[in-house]
Amino acid sequence: MASNAAVPFWRAAGMTYITYSNICANLVRNCLKEPYKTEALSREKVHFSISKWTDGKPEKPTIRSDSPEE
Amino acid sequence: MLRRALGLLPRPIAAARARSFSTDLPAAHTADATFMEAWNKVMPNMDPPKTPLSFMHPRPPTPSSIPPKLTVNFVLPYASELSTKEVDMVIVPATTGQMGFLPGHVATIAELKPGVLSVHEGSETTKYFVSSGFVFIHANSFADIIAVEAVPLDRIDANLVQKGLADFTQKLSSATTELEKAEAQIGIDVHSALNSALTG
Repeated sequence: MASNAAVPFWRAAGMTYITYSNICANLVRNCLKEPYKTEALSREKVHFSISKWTDGKPEKPTIRSDSPEE
Repeated sequence: MLRRALGLLPRPIAAARARSFSTDLPAAHTADATFMEAWNKVMPNMDPPKTPLSFMHPRPPTPSSIPPKLTVNFVLPYASELSTKEVDMVIVPATTGQMGFLPGHVATIAELKPGVLSVHEGSETTKYFVSSGFVFIHANSFADIIAVEAVPLDRIDANLVQKGLADFTQKLSSATTELEKAEAQIGIDVHSALNSALTG
């Protein structure tokens, strides 16, 4: 099998398909007209809380609500 | 020698018939026999739990003549845009160019690039701009289109598209690392596709 098959430019730059797909989707969402744009962006907001564990015990969790990028 | 040749003949044919393609086999609905026995021993009065396979509808078998309509399932991560809708044709923006699928199309898997998807039913056409995704056409004229983001064309703001195109063209010229260049190139691709969707 040819290992030098034409790879897409984004994979050659080290990006995975999921990253590429999410970037495309975000760009499209940013080009929407007003009520749809805020709907779409709020639909995609992510909230999560992270807690680091040391010595088998969880430390205080931090809440992150980054809008997902890539 | 002839007798040996005759003896060899039936075997390859039987082997070929035994090995049918997985897409042609009907979904196996038979529950696992050993599980059922063990369940009935422990819980004879309760129904056994259903497995995901029993909830799924098996794919309709490939008809012998070409069906008159294509059945389309168009899904997004947050909604099902079209569900088993019978249409005449779909044109999808595959990475290899615009591909049209009519009923009876050969089974295909196509990766989509940002572009316009049009669904043709009778005399009406519904167009969506798709950000990326995949299309699976099955031999029985069922088409599964999955996209991350798909919007009807009238929801796209032309000014934002122009602005985005200008921004990313500028970013491409000022990009240093491979990753930045790739991101800027993606931006340009998506915005020019949006542009041609609005004008074309």
